[in-house]
Amino acid sequence: MTTLLAWIEARIPMMRTAKVHAIQYPAPRNMNFWYVFGFLATIILVNQIITGIWLTMNYEPSAQRAFASVEYIMREVNYGWLIRYMHSTGATAFFVVIYLHMFRGMIYGSYQKPRELLWVFGMLIYLALMAEAFMGYVLPWGQMSYWGAQVIVSLFSAIPVIGGPLVEWIQGDYVISGATLNRFFALHVIALPLVIVILVFLHIIALHEVGSNNPDGVDVKHPKGSLPESEKTSYKIHEHFTNRYDYADDVVPFFPHIVLKDLVAFSIFLFIFCYIMFFAPELGGKALEHPNFEIANPLKTPEHIFPVWYFTPFYAILQAVPHKLSGVLTMFGAIAVLFVLPWLDRANVRSWRYRSGLHTANLLVFAAVFIFLGYLGGTPQEPWKLIAARIATIMYFMFFVMLFLYSKHETTKPVPKRIPR
Amino acid sequence: MKRWIALLILLPGLAVAAGSKVALQDPNIDLTDKASLQRGAQTFMNYCLGCHQMQYQRYQRMFNDLGIPEDLGQKYLQFTGESVSDYMTNTMPAEDSAQWFGAPPPDLTLVARVRGPEWLYTYFKTFYVDESKIFGVNNLVFPNVGMPHVLEPLQGTPRLAYEEKMVDGELVMRPAGLTNDGNGRLSEDEYNDTIRDLVNFLEYTGEPTRLKSEAIGRGVLIFIVIFFVFALLLKKEYWRNVK
Repeated sequence: MTTLLAWIEARIPMMRTAKVHAIQYPAPRNMNFWYVFGFLATIILVNQIITGIWLTMNYEPSAQRAFASVEYIMREVNYGWLIRYMHSTGATAFFVVIYLHMFRGMIYGSYQKPRELLWVFGMLIYLALMAEAFMGYVLPWGQMSYWGAQVIVSLFSAIPVIGGPLVEWIQGDYVISGATLNRFFALHVIALPLVIVILVFLHIIALHEVGSNNPDGVDVKHPKGSLPESEKTSYKIHEHFTNRYDYADDVVPFFPHIVLKDLVAFSIFLFIFCYIMFFAPELGGKALEHPNFEIANPLKTPEHIFPVWYFTPFYAILQAVPHKLSGVLTMFGAIAVLFVLPWLDRANVRSWRYRSGLHTANLLVFAAVFIFLGYLGGTPQEPWKLIAARIATIMYFMFFVMLFLYSKHETTKPVPKRIPR
Repeated sequence: MKRWIALLILLPGLAVAAGSKVALQDPNIDLTDKASLQRGAQTFMNYCLGCHQMQYQRYQRMFNDLGIPEDLGQKYLQFTGESVSDYMTNTMPAEDSAQWFGAPPPDLTLVARVRGPEWLYTYFKTFYVDESKIFGVNNLVFPNVGMPHVLEPLQGTPRLAYEEKMVDGELVMRPAGLTNDGNGRLSEDEYNDTIRDLVNFLEYTGEPTRLKSEAIGRGVLIFIVIFFVFALLLKKEYWRNVK
């Protein structure tokens, strides 16, 4: 057995990779519950890929058969309903987890130097995930699939000159049709998952290059030779890291310490996930919208058209702007501005634990505004909501403006050299 | 005459109000009540299937889930198709029905998931006579519905009731609920039970795996709780010396 492992190791670095990236990877020992969402997102990604493969076995991507084949899966494929609910609940869970993961990065300043690229890769994953989720929602070919696609695709028609031809090019037809469904299927099951998996790989490589941040925003790696032998951690950390840096007892090995912590979080997550999946998979019409149980009908517009809940904050921003092109630009701007967050925040202190009260308030207001926008974009329009959406949109962007303004000369508390005991 | 003028004036407003303002009633359905589901299936086969299909639901699946022996089911409930494994379809051509009704009668397999049981139950209870419509009836939760009141022989003929009310110093006729001519075969309670069973059946066909899902779910949740305890103990054991 040992000989076999040695034979393999000489040809492909299996154990070395496991040691560098898990068994002897130095993780800050003060990682709290905010640090489990990356792990959970990975689990959900695997769930989506595996259940997706099984759904593909019985799904038929054509305007004639798509809706019926989904019901075939729900009724006649053995445990097809379970596979589909795992996939649909997984989509909602994915965004819950990703939004919490992003907010963690914001409150602990995980996007700051030297983790800017890590944040940008994360944002690219988020962008790909939104495209993936949008196209996946079209596949059941229900009323909301059809009309949601209609609304989103027509956004591109706002682009001057090339807008019209561009929409036709995306749809592959003059209207949303079977041709659109077919290409969305191809993108949903092959192209975008491939992109997402590659981006997740790059995200993790970038993370392990710079090292994990922590709730105190303290650097856990010190210049080589700066720590006396007595202060170094007693855990075995891989030479890949110790050859370049010194580590104090601020770190624990990722496996088993962090993995076990993640496992506890995973079981709590799984409880909530399974409760929704087995008892309320529609989530009150939020995860699976009621009109989507009706087959797509190009001649019958639903009373209200909403995107699925995870897009509603941006939908509210779109609706808030009275001019179509400006609305589209504002909406995409709301996503784009997140990309440059590492350069908008000019503070030297990462974690909100050591930053000003203004910063804390700014973060909390931003989170509240985002949730409020989600509410506005996901409920029927009323006059007061239009005004509210406009105010909330301005407040959304004000977060970034204010951050840029106050962060340079922010009054911060002294950050400890080591993780506080 | 006064009545009719009031009706004509009120109708547009009534239609708008009916779209959202009618309070939906909860039928208190119970998917574990197989007798209720069987009666609902009977009502569906006799009154609905002529126009509305359930093209995603097989007879056999329904017989098995509802505890109906297949031979009895075929004899008393299956009026279309030949094999017990056929889908619950009818033979009404969609082109013709589109001309007759304005649109083909929708498939009802998933209607409970689109509308919800409360909406369906209230819908069956709020037909009323409206001679201006092709089929002579209208509906409070589904204004201008293009469907006759198929259950009228059971319920009797429902009419809008009006009351005289002073509004801004003027005496006007306002709609105040529905009355019934009492010419139906069923009493009000019996009719309510019948449509409750029907809604129960529609809820079942919307998601035939509901009960199975919850049964598995309970076991899974118990397993996860036990798993959580062990995961927590193991984590504590490893983290005991880290502080």
